Amino acid sequence: MARQPSGPPPPPTVQKLRLRYTKRGPLRFASHRDLARALERALRRAQVPMAFSAGFSPHPKISYMGAAPTGAASEAEYVEIGLSRRCDPEQVRAALDASLPPGIDVLECVEAGEGTGALADRLDATRWRIDLPGVPVEELAAAVAAMLERDVVTVTKRTKDGTRDVDARAAVVSATVAHEAGCAILHMVVRQLTPTVRPDDVMAALAVVADLHPPLPVRAVREAQGRLDDSGDVADPLEPDRAVRSYCQEERAPV
Amino acid sequence: MTVDSLYPRLEPLLAQVQKPIQYVGGELNAQTKPWDDVPVHWALMYPDAYEVGLPNQGLMILYEVLNERPDALAERTYAVWPDLAALMREAGVGQFTVDNHRPVAAFDVLGVSFATELGYTNLLEALDLAGVPLRAVDRDESHPVVVAGGHAAFNPEPVSDFVDCAVLGDGEQVVGDITDVVKAWKAHGRPGGRVELLARLARIDGVYVPRFFAVSYAGDGTIADVSPTRGDVPARVGKRTVLDLDEWPYPKQPLVPLAESVHERMSVEIFRGCTRGCRFCQAGMITRPVRERTITGIGSMVDAGLKATGYEEVGLLSLSSADHSEIGQLAKELADRYEGTNTGLSLPSTRVDAFNVTLANELSRNGRRSGLTFAPEGGSERIRRVINKTVSKEDLVRTVTTAYANGWRQVKLYFMCGLPTETDEDVLEIAELAVEVIRAGREASGSKDIRCTVSIGGFVPKPHTPFQWAAQASAETIDSRLKLLREAINSDRRIGRSIGLRYHDGKPGVIEGLLSRGDRRVGRVIERVWREGGRFDGWSEHFSYDRWTTAAAEELAPFGVDLDWYTTRERTQDEVLPWDHLDSGLDKEWLWDDWQESLSEEEVADCRWTPCYDCGVCPTMGTEIQIGPTGRSLIPLTPVPASTR
Repeated sequence: MARQPSGPPPPPTVQKLRLRYTKRGPLRFASHRDLARALERALRRAQVPMAFSAGFSPHPKISYMGAAPTGAASEAEYVEIGLSRRCDPEQVRAALDASLPPGIDVLECVEAGEGTGALADRLDATRWRIDLPGVPVEELAAAVAAMLERDVVTVTKRTKDGTRDVDARAAVVSATVAHEAGCAILHMVVRQLTPTVRPDDVMAALAVVADLHPPLPVRAVREAQGRLDDSGDVADPLEPDRAVRSYCQEERAPV
Repeated sequence: MTVDSLYPRLEPLLAQVQKPIQYVGGELNAQTKPWDDVPVHWALMYPDAYEVGLPNQGLMILYEVLNERPDALAERTYAVWPDLAALMREAGVGQFTVDNHRPVAAFDVLGVSFATELGYTNLLEALDLAGVPLRAVDRDESHPVVVAGGHAAFNPEPVSDFVDCAVLGDGEQVVGDITDVVKAWKAHGRPGGRVELLARLARIDGVYVPRFFAVSYAGDGTIADVSPTRGDVPARVGKRTVLDLDEWPYPKQPLVPLAESVHERMSVEIFRGCTRGCRFCQAGMITRPVRERTITGIGSMVDAGLKATGYEEVGLLSLSSADHSEIGQLAKELADRYEGTNTGLSLPSTRVDAFNVTLANELSRNGRRSGLTFAPEGGSERIRRVINKTVSKEDLVRTVTTAYANGWRQVKLYFMCGLPTETDEDVLEIAELAVEVIRAGREASGSKDIRCTVSIGGFVPKPHTPFQWAAQASAETIDSRLKLLREAINSDRRIGRSIGLRYHDGKPGVIEGLLSRGDRRVGRVIERVWREGGRFDGWSEHFSYDRWTTAAAEELAPFGVDLDWYTTRERTQDEVLPWDHLDSGLDKEWLWDDWQESLSEEEVADCRWTPCYDCGVCPTMGTEIQIGPTGRSLIPLTPVPASTR
């Protein structure tokens, strides 16, 4: 029989909160594990009453999902936390935001809506913006057009067990080219498949189809994350939770 | 003078390297001050990777102490991994601080903390990346003063060509004295140039300026004489000692990195110094006397630190934490304070003592219970008498068994190999011990799910210890004894599978030995190794034994000495040791007598509880043992404010 620690079990989760936060500036170089550590410590400093798992090595109830790669900035990272005591979501957001370093900013916090399903299921696509300093916009446009014409573009991904070939094309739902202040910009919506196709893989695809090699490191920002909607854009993943809440509030509203 | 941040030029390089987060700074509790607001600028370096250097307590303390001064600022810099170093050289980006990414070359002082001698090549790499001349004599007024500190600074002779000064002992007060001198010299228009600045620094208590001392050698390669070349510097430099630790509650705001580090916890130093008298232990010898922080002082530091960091574990640090005069009460009252908060308290490795199991039980009440670590250090009772860390085999087995019986599933035991007078049999007793511990532990806990990890390292004789005269065991001796031990542990698989053996081969220890007891002639070896690509010598994937042995053979040959001469040669009583003019307070005659007593397996008691045995430190340094108990206790903290309710 498995050993059990003595003493009462930890208090149960009574409320789930879903948060959107950013990874900006120098903190784009943080990995998902760096962010997880920072978040756990900030929750303790902010004295958020976390629920803990049972066992000899209790962990706070936090579900991480769909982390942006190291080096990519993000405006739309999501996490779900379980609390042992009900709290006002806006107060948790403000307290947590204040105790996180600048660059990791908590933008939204909503209570998980009952019956709305798992948040992770609503995160199936990302809208990326990639700045390519030093790349002529026409060259980028031609490369993107060449990529979109193909059905499959195989690129080699480095993984911790060596390398593996991945189709970078299939995940790309849409890609358009713009420019701002003389810098070429690629806007694209990418499906989150397994294995994940990251901005680096799309850059590798552009190198394969059009020999595009930016002279300077490119900068990627995840602008939004959510479910791919019918128009090919990415829907706000917290909307279903908000809808349930406003419905409940209407029910309870005094007559 | 405005100093621009290198970050805009560094950022494009970061996208191309491993773990870029370690170079961006922005840690919680990091401090940034405007450059032009203060006259004295310190860059503080830990000469190893960020993940090792960031948690270093010494550097964190000095960082806060200096930044609290209105006339100084301090920023941190760490060793840069070779992938980034190559890109920095290509792009012309110099060694930078992580706080504001300012070029290290622009600072007034570069303070480098050497916990181990294997960081020396990283100092040379940082100086070169910074664009600061490697050799102190080639620097001018525009270059930072390079100051070495930390335990290795008690024999800085091997790096004496590369550092301007070495500081002996506790740093809290001496960094202030150095700041005052640099500030006055700058304010007066840098009179007398760099040499005058160094002369003024050399008159500060605890500051050693190697260039003001001349070393001559005898025909047999030993040192004939070391004497000052100027009349205005003292012939012997003594260490600094901070008294009343409660007055120095640093770090108050411990740094919390985003990147993973080797210590994912907050640390509070509960006392400094140790008088247990373990003969191998340089730290215990050079940090005397014992100075305790009081129970209430510790309580406030734990409270303030947890609030400032959000860490879920607090390590109660010192050289022998269970020896604190109020430790039992401290453990209970801290555990009471943090009941129900998932906050773990822990001790570093402790002496083998059943009481320490009780302590650990108490401390881990509210947090995760990982494993217990004991440090018997020697495999046999005989060798434990030689090193003055006496514990009987029965006590050792009983203590570890008690730990298993109390629900601890993992016990780690630290040992050394290659100790003076050691034989194969002394090391093989480690295997017997481990087997007995597992047998007794299975019986006591009624479970086969217990483990014992034996962690064993090669012994390196250190300056300012009774073993400073000892012959170091060769790498071959260490490796053959470790092989015998491994075979003995694996001989019975039914028990052996519950025993883990962790060890390193003997080669890095030989180089550490060369650097620990080396003299000024060893500097040429260090420089040669660095020029041939040596850095991160503490990391097995970067360390090259062949590079070191070739460099040592060729660079030392003109002096008629070699690697063995520095390592496996036993010194005689009358030999002038390279660090004799650096005063840790220990009387050299007492050290010699203790060395002789060690050879006849005689023990010496701890002067905290027995009369003074005249090691010399307190009278020489004007210090005293400062211990409790104070009779005070920790009152419960006020309940957690309901800020989020």
